[in-house]
Parts: sequence; structure tokens; C-alpha cells
Amino acid sequence: MNFINSDKIRKDFPILQRQVNGKPLIYFDNGATSQKPQQVIDVINRYYQHENSNIHRGIHTLSQEATNAYEKARTTVLQFINAKHNHEVIFTSGTTGSINLVASSFGKKHIHAGDEIIISTMEHHSNIVPWQMLCEEKKAILKVIPINDKGELLIDEFKKLLSPKTKLVAVTHVSNTLGTINPVKEIIKLAKTAGAFVLIDGAQAVPHTKVNVQELDCDFYAFSAHKMFGPTGVGILYGKEAILNELPPYQGGGDMIKTVTFEKTTYNELPHKFEAGTPNIVGGLGLAAAIDYMNNIGIANIEAYEHELLSYATEKIKKIEGVRIIGEAANKASVLSFLVDGTHPSDIGMIIDKLGIAIRTGHHCTEPLMNRFDIPGTARASFAFYNTKEEIDTFILALERALKMLL
Amino acid sequence: MNSIKETQQEIVEEFALFDEWMDKYEHIIELGKDLPLIDKNYKTDENLIKGCQSKVWLHAELKASKIIFTADSDAIITKGIVGLVIRVFSNHTPQEIIDADLFFIDQIGLQEHLSPTRSNGLLSMLKQIRMYAIAFSTKADA
Ligand SMILES: Cc1ncc(COP(=O)(O)O)c(C=O)c1O
Repeated sequence: MNFINSDKIRKDFPILQRQVNGKPLIYFDNGATSQKPQQVIDVINRYYQHENSNIHRGIHTLSQEATNAYEKARTTVLQFINAKHNHEVIFTSGTTGSINLVASSFGKKHIHAGDEIIISTMEHHSNIVPWQMLCEEKKAILKVIPINDKGELLIDEFKKLLSPKTKLVAVTHVSNTLGTINPVKEIIKLAKTAGAFVLIDGAQAVPHTKVNVQELDCDFYAFSAHKMFGPTGVGILYGKEAILNELPPYQGGGDMIKTVTFEKTTYNELPHKFEAGTPNIVGGLGLAAAIDYMNNIGIANIEAYEHELLSYATEKIKKIEGVRIIGEAANKASVLSFLVDGTHPSDIGMIIDKLGIAIRTGHHCTEPLMNRFDIPGTARASFAFYNTKEEIDTFILALERALKMLL
Repeated sequence: MNSIKETQQEIVEEFALFDEWMDKYEHIIELGKDLPLIDKNYKTDENLIKGCQSKVWLHAELKASKIIFTADSDAIITKGIVGLVIRVFSNHTPQEIIDADLFFIDQIGLQEHLSPTRSNGLLSMLKQIRMYAIAFSTKADA
């Protein structure tokens, strides 16, 4: 059953009306960033035209209004991920910002020499490098959950890695390169049993599926607005109240303090303790508008429709000779990574770009994963709910045309 | 023997025949397929210029006061363009290379391939060619 009216939805996204290299744009690079609906763009414009003011620090009307709008956006996020308290929702600059916050503050408090942090083979660099840096600084040890050839985590191997030394498990909910949807609920349960904290990188999950942080029982959940139809430069760190309360602040500055003297500063309460300086106010409002937009369509509808697109594209691309799909997990979000025998992904990407089709090629910021598969990179088409089967047909034709030239 | 400028003009004329990007790319791909591979011994990590998208290997040696470049890439379009660059610069003296003005890539409409966001190793390769010329010119002076 299809509850998505893509004709109507596409009209909400002005950029989808444009042409690229003389052809109608087909945007299949949603894994990198998604496009923005008019509803989000309007909120951003209106803010700067009518509402702009700094928050949490003015007695005048504009500042009050802006503060209220920003805090209302926080509540919208709370409902979106079903957090328990508003102050468990921290505004950050994005997934990368969120993970670095945890690496710094959680690392200071909880990581000591000889402790172990577990990540997985399919992590994005932003869920690898902060932990490497922390391990180097604290003389802690980084362990990696292996995967099988389909691109699924080996849970039995994960169980073997867990020990009383494990302090943190940081894994992605959905792989940006393979599309694999990881069994995070099971992973969190296993980690908790071993007494470890858990961070989930939700950058690729929130645009696609309903996330319920209380049901997952994760300690931290990180994501970016720009991959879920909101603006760039803003994201969320969810953290459990009790854990966040114990952590030292991340950055110092305005808003995060209670009182400052040159002798001693006392810190503000959650969430402000982690939100130093003037935040990306309009970004927060844009994120809330994106959530409203997604809720209007219905996240279950989005998930079902994208799944249909992925199955359709997978079936079609498999008919092309020499195509090898990278990432064939049983449970997949709308990411289609592939290689074609005898060609380099960048050649395919360049040619179909000339036909108006935007895909991503390269290692997708997951170099260790590429090494695991012993490939230089992949070509990746990633779909959103505004994409259509007709676009996939055009993409397949373009791909065939490119292969004719290249082979 | 053509000067660097003459070879570039020749390439510009060659590409003037194509007004469709498709034909242009087809030609570059053919050039890429034809480019003699770099000697296996030179396809080393030392000669590797790593772009985010594709890899380029560049080897240089001085023969009778002239620099001979050989190169390869793992991506065919990059390889074709690399081949054109080699055709322009190889077999010239270090001073000629240092003094040369690179214009053919712009004129045949491939400047997008030099953008840093493409990250295909081409821009670094051009820098590397210049570095070789400077290094060899000091060697020739000595
Ligand atoms: C799985 C995953 N984690 C983290 C990130 C980093 O997100 P951002 O660049 O928005 O901080 C990305 C984005 O590419 C991603 O796909």
C-alpha cells in the first residue's frame, strides 16, 4: 500500500524543479544531505525577517519570543524521539558535534587507562576518530565489532568483545554506506548487561524510521538536522538525565554558566550546561519545522515507501551485468551501494552527473569499511520519500549508457 | 618537437570537434584506454597521489635534460585527462615546464575536474609536475 503522494510532495521541494546540466535533477544523494521543503525554508526566512533576536538573555519582547520558539523546538525534538525530559535534548552542530561532546565530557569522567570502547566496522569516520583520539589520550583500547560479507554485524563476536573493561559501546543505527539497519535494541541490552554505556549514531536512521530513545534504552543518541530535511549546522545529542548531570561541561562560554567570578565559575543546569554561546537558533527552528513536515507525511509511510523504492531499484540494478551490490543485509534502509566490474565508481558518477543524476561515489567517510570489503569505494544511490520509481528508471538507463561508454 | 603551448593548442583544436559533452567524454575515455600504463615498478606508494575519489600515479625521470613523465590512474576519465597532461608536459626541460602557462583544460571545458571538491588527484598531480620541474632544475644547475 502506498500512502505517499509523490507528485504533491515534490512540489514542496523547490530544488527538485531545477535542471542540472540541461536535465531535470534526479537527487539520489540523500545520504549525504537531504533537500529542504518550502515549509522549512519559510521558517528560516521568517525568522530572519521578523523574529531575529538572541535567546535566554533579553528582557525585550523579541528575545522572549525567540527563546520561546527555540524551547518549543526542543519539545518538538523530545516528542520526535520520545525523550523523557526537555533538558535531555541538547542542541549541537550536528552528529559530529554530538559525538565529540560525548567523547570529551564522558571521556573525562568515565574513561581511564586500560578501559575499552567498542565501535563497529561500519562506522562513519565521525564515530571512529573521536574515540581514537580519546583512547590515545587516556591510554584506553578501541575494539571493533566485525561484520559478515552481507554487511551485518556479527553479534556473537560482539558478545565476545564485551567485558567488565568495556566502558562504552558506540555504534551506528543505520550504515550510511551499506544501508544496514543494525539491531541496536539487542546491542544496547547486551552492553547494559556488561555494565557499559551506549551511544547510538542515528544520523541515517532518523530520516527513515521512528526512533524511541526510551524504548531503546540507549544512554546517548546523536543525529543531524540536515539529513532529515532540516538545515545544516544543527543537530541533537540526546542523553539520559542522570548521566548528563554527572558529566563535566564541554565548552565554556555564555549561557552555560550560573555565576562567574575570576576565582570560580558554577555551571548552569541541563541542557544549558552543554550549550555554550549563542546557538544556531534558526537551525533549531528549522529542525522543528522539518519534524513537523515528516510527521505530517507520517514516518511509517516514509519508511514503507522508501523500502519500496529500494526493493525496486535493487531488483532493476541486479539485472545489469557485472553489478555487485555492496551491503545486502536482510534489514536495510534506502541506500544502494554498488560497483560494476571493470569500472571505477567515480567514472560512473561523473557520467551520470552529466545526465542530471546526483549520486555519491568514494569511500563515504567509511574507509575502514572499504578496506574490509577490499574495494576503493562504491557508487551510492540513496533515496528519500520525494524520489520516484520513474527516477529510478531514468537512473538505470543512465547507468547503462555510462557502462556502454566505459566498457 | 612541439612546444608546451603548441601541444595545448593542438588539444584544444582536437576537442573543438566535439560540442556534446558525451562525445568529449567518449574521447577522453578512449585516450584513457590508450594511455600506456606506467611501468609496474613505478606504481609505488611513493609515486601515488591519493585523491578522495581516484588515485593517480606519477613518475618522472630526467633524460638528456628533459623530464619524461609517465602516469596512471585507477579511474578511466581521470586517466584520460592525466594522459593529456602528460602529452603536454613530458619531454620538456624543467625550465620550459616552470615557465609554462596551463590553459588547455579550461579551454576544452574540463576545468570542473580541477576543482578541489572533485578530489580526483588531478590538481595535486599538476602541483607535483611543477615540483619535479623545480627539483630537476636545481639539479641541472648544480
Ligand atoms: C552514519 C553517519 N554518522 C555521522 C555522520 C556525520 O554527520 P554530520 O556531518 O552531519 O555531523 C554522517 C554523515 O555523513 C553519517 O552518515
